[in-house]
Amino acid sequence: MPLIETKNLWKTYKMGTEEVNALREVSISIEKGEYVAIMGPSGSGKSTLMNLIGCLDTPTQGEYKLNNRQVSSMNDDELANIRNREIGFVFQTFNLLPRATSLHNVELPLIYNGSPADLRRKMAEEALAKVELSDRMMHKPSELSGGQRQRVAIARALVNNPSILLADEPTGNLDSKTSVDIMRLFDELHREGNTIIVVTHEQDIAKRAHRVLSILDGKIASDVRVSEEGRKIL
Amino acid sequence: MILTPVEIKDSILMALSSIRANKMRAGLTILGVMIGVASVISLASIINGLDEAMNNEIDAWGSNSFYITRYAFDVDRSKLSDEDRNRPPITVGEADAINKNCPSVDGVSPQNYYFAPGGNVVKYKNRKGNRPYLMGTWPDFIKVNSLNLQAGRFITEIDQHSSAMICVLGHDLSETLFETENPLDKVIRVNGKRFTVVGVFEEKESTLGDDNENNQVTIPLSTFEKIHPWEEELFLIARGASHEVMELAEEDIINTLRIYRNVPFNKKNNFAISTQENIKDMVNNITEYIYLAMIIITSVGLMVGGIGVMNIMLVSVTERTREICVRKAIGAKRSNILLQFLTEAVTLTGAGGVIGILFGVVVGLSVNKLIGFPLTISIFWVVVGFAVSVSVGLVSGIVPAMKAAKLDPIEALRYE
Ligand SMILES: Nc1ncnc2c1ncn2[C@@H]1O[C@H](COP(=O)(O)OP(=O)(O)OP(=O)(O)O)[C@@H](O)[C@H]1O
Ligand SMILES: [Mg+2]
Repeated sequence: MPLIETKNLWKTYKMGTEEVNALREVSISIEKGEYVAIMGPSGSGKSTLMNLIGCLDTPTQGEYKLNNRQVSSMNDDELANIRNREIGFVFQTFNLLPRATSLHNVELPLIYNGSPADLRRKMAEEALAKVELSDRMMHKPSELSGGQRQRVAIARALVNNPSILLADEPTGNLDSKTSVDIMRLFDELHREGNTIIVVTHEQDIAKRAHRVLSILDGKIASDVRVSEEGRKIL
Repeated sequence: MILTPVEIKDSILMALSSIRANKMRAGLTILGVMIGVASVISLASIINGLDEAMNNEIDAWGSNSFYITRYAFDVDRSKLSDEDRNRPPITVGEADAINKNCPSVDGVSPQNYYFAPGGNVVKYKNRKGNRPYLMGTWPDFIKVNSLNLQAGRFITEIDQHSSAMICVLGHDLSETLFETENPLDKVIRVNGKRFTVVGVFEEKESTLGDDNENNQVTIPLSTFEKIHPWEEELFLIARGASHEVMELAEEDIINTLRIYRNVPFNKKNNFAISTQENIKDMVNNITEYIYLAMIIITSVGLMVGGIGVMNIMLVSVTERTREICVRKAIGAKRSNILLQFLTEAVTLTGAGGVIGILFGVVVGLSVNKLIGFPLTISIFWVVVGFAVSVSVGLVSGIVPAMKAAKLDPIEALRYE
């Protein structure tokens, strides 16, 4: 049973009288433990697809099953609950709370599922240790480098042990060396068994994934599984 | 909308940290609420103090007393009917009639005052009293008003019969005129006439600052009438024989006065009689109006304050759209966001309320100190002040909080 299964997903935006089909009949299925890169030109619908998979948005048409549960028919609070427990988001612009410490930022998802304070703190510390930021727990985002901020964001995404880690251009705002660090971290998280979906423009990054989905004009243009050897060749 | 205690506690902590992050704005936001609550507390404590002082004062007059006047104390003289306008004044005749015909009354004190243009002039040697009051009365005055002498004696029946040129001085006046000298048997000049001092009153404790008895020359009524034959209008205090016969005494006095003043049986009294209770009711009526005015004024203030809170919270929601969307993206439900912003609003206005209460107490204290009224801070108004400030937060926070809760998480996350 796939972790993610979409059937004939459509997302249509109405702009006045004009309709924009950001996604058209997207049917994909992703297994637990996969490492998937989504590629495509700007405006092709990558972020739209990520938002649907991440339950931030609902499709105009079609079905989406996550862990065998129909997401397309859920209400706001149920979606919030799914986002909290099943999804870990990493954004291009980090999206940390600017006035909160790293620790508090990482604790936030746990606050919203009502974990007790001491457990929260323990889990947040562990997540920060995993991204090697144990020495920056009391720093605010403004006191951290870009790469460190993105690692805090990754720790926040991981803290709840979600089923999927979704990253929309996670290295878009980072220099190439820091990008490599972040991608290494993703590799390691994948080795530990996490399911990862990354949107990217860069071939280098896509190369690390085991499967590349290409989108063109809202449609899946290709779906390529890359073997271990194939990746070495690339 | 069900929230666990942990979620509630965290909402409060989050609210506090976001308020702390924006102290200046928080301060401005709560200014209106603060001022509103401060004025409730200060006004209430001033009014309370005043009320209590007046009631104490009235109590001190003695609970067995009746006050007989031509018109009721609270009557608006500009609105009298022609008939009422022509009421005859209360005179010594009325006092005599009550003395003769009311066995339930054990003392009557007619009191007549004279105010010289520019103030009464009372002199001893080269020392002058400070515009003292001049009153003519009967020997019963001291009994009816429960006063005591510090030295000498009071006016006697003989003084009254012979229109003696003697006087009894109030405590302060005596000190001004005589300083360290013994005032007894000394001759002073009252508006140019020579009077011999026969007694001095004890100092009268006054909470309301009406220390006129302390600064007063008291002379026999007959003497007073000789000097000021045109000052007819009197004020009578009659004392009931005991607390038990008060109703009977009131009836006796009314009947006696109706007969004496020839009031036909089908007409209402052409005089006013009030007891301590009546006067207290009157005072309390007045303070009730002041309270009402205070409530209206401060609710307008609080409403303005509430609109301020709502405005600033709306701006804050717009500014923090990204934060709200991030929270939603990582699992905050509508109720979490709603509660967070409501808590913020309530924490803000509640803090404003607490500061306002403290500020109001300080203002009340200083005003009371300045005027000399005793201060009564009532727990009731403190509680009301706090409850109102919290409610202002709830009411004005609900619209911004709902706006925040309804935000669509992708809206803010997709654009920079
Ligand atoms: N809220 C919206 N209202 C109207 N049109 C939208 C909205 N969101 C997305 N679109 C349109 O849908 C299409 C897909 O947008 P999307 O953000 O998914 O592209 P993308 O592949 O992520 O692009 P990029 O690489 O630049 O991030 C675009 O044409 C965009 O203009
Ligand atoms: Mg995008």
